[in-house]
Amino acid sequence: MAEFIAYLIAGIATGAIYALAAIGFTLVWQTSQTINFAQGEFVMLPAVLILLAVKLFGLPLWAGGLLGIAVFLLIFGAGFKLVVVDPMIKHGVLPLAIATMALSIVMKEGAKDGFSAEAQSFPSLVPTDMINLLGASISLQHLAIIVVAFAAIGLLQWFVGGTRLGRQMQATAQNPTVARILGIPVERMVLLTFLLNAALAVVASLLISPIYLAKFSNGETIGLFAFIAAIVGGFNQVRGALVGGILIGVADSLAAAYVSSQYRLAVPLVLLVAIILIKPEGLMGRKEERRV
Amino acid sequence: MSPVLEVHDLHKAFGGIKAVNGVSFSVNEGEILGIIGPNGCGKSTLFNCILGQLEPTQGAVKLDGRDVTNMRPSALNRLGVSRTFQLLQVFPELSVRENLILAGQEHQGSMLGRLFGARDAGLSDKAEQMIGFFKLGHLADAKAGGLSYGQQKLLDAAMAFMAGPRLVLLDEPAGGVNLTMLGDLKERLRAINAEQGATFVVIEHNMDFVMSLCTRVIVLAEGKVLAEGTPAEVRANPAVIEAYLGH
Amino acid sequence: MSAPAVQNSVAPRRATGRIDAALIGLILGAIILWFAPVGMGRYGTYVLSLWLVMSIGVMGLNLTLGYAGQTSLAQAAFMGLGAYTTAILTTKYGVSWYAAFALSGLLTFAVGLLLGFPALRVRTHYLAFVTLAFSTLIWLVLRNEQWLTGGVFGISNINRPYFFGIKLFGALEFHRFVVVVTLILSLKLWWLIRSPWGRAFTALRENPVRAASLGIDTRAYTLLAFAIGSAYGGFAGALYAPLVEFIDPSPFSLSQSLFLLLMVVAGGAGYLFGPFVGALLGVVLPEWLRFAGSLYLMIFAAIVLALLVICPQGVSGLIERGWNALRRKTGGAR
Repeated sequence: MAEFIAYLIAGIATGAIYALAAIGFTLVWQTSQTINFAQGEFVMLPAVLILLAVKLFGLPLWAGGLLGIAVFLLIFGAGFKLVVVDPMIKHGVLPLAIATMALSIVMKEGAKDGFSAEAQSFPSLVPTDMINLLGASISLQHLAIIVVAFAAIGLLQWFVGGTRLGRQMQATAQNPTVARILGIPVERMVLLTFLLNAALAVVASLLISPIYLAKFSNGETIGLFAFIAAIVGGFNQVRGALVGGILIGVADSLAAAYVSSQYRLAVPLVLLVAIILIKPEGLMGRKEERRV
Repeated sequence: MSPVLEVHDLHKAFGGIKAVNGVSFSVNEGEILGIIGPNGCGKSTLFNCILGQLEPTQGAVKLDGRDVTNMRPSALNRLGVSRTFQLLQVFPELSVRENLILAGQEHQGSMLGRLFGARDAGLSDKAEQMIGFFKLGHLADAKAGGLSYGQQKLLDAAMAFMAGPRLVLLDEPAGGVNLTMLGDLKERLRAINAEQGATFVVIEHNMDFVMSLCTRVIVLAEGKVLAEGTPAEVRANPAVIEAYLGH
Repeated sequence: MSAPAVQNSVAPRRATGRIDAALIGLILGAIILWFAPVGMGRYGTYVLSLWLVMSIGVMGLNLTLGYAGQTSLAQAAFMGLGAYTTAILTTKYGVSWYAAFALSGLLTFAVGLLLGFPALRVRTHYLAFVTLAFSTLIWLVLRNEQWLTGGVFGISNINRPYFFGIKLFGALEFHRFVVVVTLILSLKLWWLIRSPWGRAFTALRENPVRAASLGIDTRAYTLLAFAIGSAYGGFAGALYAPLVEFIDPSPFSLSQSLFLLLMVVAGGAGYLFGPFVGALLGVVLPEWLRFAGSLYLMIFAAIVLALLVICPQGVSGLIERGWNALRRKTGGAR
């Protein structure tokens, strides 16, 4: 039982991180019809960039961190939108999606060749001791991650629901055409969404890299889980992505503990197939209106 | 004999907005029914509900007495209901002839038959007929994307009639068409109505077009039926005039 | 009386009524490839055969993506299914390669139907994610189930078939066999595209709403395109196994599926010859970029990215543009 609680908390922690990635993914999809297949790599790269900054320029961690984050936000927030999305979106959703697939390969191989093919340790920003809770040995790190991730999500919720800018962005996400009619600067809102996605990716990266180490191939699993979380949640921005993310995280954690390690990955996949068969609009999604 | 189309107490709400708020009417065989109303009165939503593109929140749609509410558009089409689009939707990369063959091929034979049968699904003659009827002869092999707007409108209409439909729903057929073409279009529609005995329902903004083409008119306002009658009756109705103030 | 405007009759993309230049191209290509390897040595011949086998896989994906507009991230997994089915049946159970080939296609077709049916029922973008998950699942099975697939050690000593008593063990003989099989499969696809099904596929890709309003059962056609495309993956895998004579899970990973997708796009999605161009880039590029090591994948992806921005119709699209420009310059009839 005690172990179970530890696995549960670990699952919620990683799940919250997947939720961050899923939220960004959903936001970008809703505002600009961009299916970002590189989302996993988006979460992998900030940590790699920071370690690279430290290694290349001999900077202290905090400086390397700021540099890495700034570069990432610039290139994969604004740059991604301006250089990849804007020119491609007029050709349709599919070419853009494929462009992001190509981008994911570039990012992954770039990290492998430009930084390292080996997993590198990444310093944790939160304490890593174990504490005793309900008779189980719980990692403080996991608890801290839960706190930070939820705080980030809470901040996002406040921003989206409580500030004018946030509400405008929300409106743009729900219906860009109507938003434009209402006088909302849609282009700027879309840019904001991309920056937000990059920011969420940075937070996720900083939280997950200490656990899974910074490795170029991390993006594959994280991306897969983010997509599944978004779908399971129902492409419903924050609440859905959160529910989906935590479900996936817990399922994965419990699978690692109680199912053969060889087929650990299969559990979230089975969950995905189950959701698509039983409740295709996701746990918190709305049924799609237009039918063909 | 039951009417071709019956709409019973149709409602469609988007969240809190009631786009269609209890509309009922019926259309008899051979009629040309016009549906008019100021912007935002729910015409397009009504159409989409009838055609299966949207699920009504309440109410029923019947075709020849048979309940077809919520049927998928492709299934409905195979039952004999076709439509034209407000925003032009011909297939630009295919030729005019190919567009027409495409419009008819799903209405005969089976899937396997289409795989192993003739390339043109035996529709070359019918396509020729349509091309002749809508006077597109000189453009038969041209890519549809290269046609002028008015010509594409004619093609759009021709495609709707390829399968010899029972009921045709025309969504703003006069939109953006110049006066001469408009006259042609009207004349062709009347001719095909007489020839095939098809029933039409037309949404339109162009008052003259509707009044001169339709046998009966329904006026919608704010999702409800405001008035119903012959073009002359409707035109004289004070409530209608008021709703349309400025139009 | 003016003649009807004839537009770009060479474009293989549209199904028009004339004797397709595409058909002639395929047959001519087959003849050239029959004789090409003479004097090329074993390795050169092998690369040529590999190119053709990959083309079959890319062809299938082209049907799914280029004609029906669906993203499948499992084409390499389907190739893996075909390869392993053939390898297991021929090495462990002595089944003839021809039977294994047919079964591989049948199996992948069935799996395609099974996967596609629920995924396409609701939102059409879901196929991408479902095939993503499926790819990962297959990879796990191939790697873990050692009793069946040999795990990471794979299956070796896969024999090449006989053709009516003629041994096909040599590189040249097997290459010619591959040419024939590729030609047959290409012709079948060409014929499919020209049939009413092909017309429906095109409509599906260009405007699904309009297609549905004309009675086209979009779900059924999309599902069929995906299943047939996947079957071609299975066929490609069935040819791949005897070509390389040893298989392990690595060529059938998710990365490879992505790579195949990029090949379709680079070659030109929706063009009949696109897959050949794309597969050429995919097979030949690693050879040329050998010096760059593993960078070749990144370079390929970067090229595809750039290509997409310039001309989303890939190399075939560029060629078509060039051809059109040429015709305009020489005063071709509009």
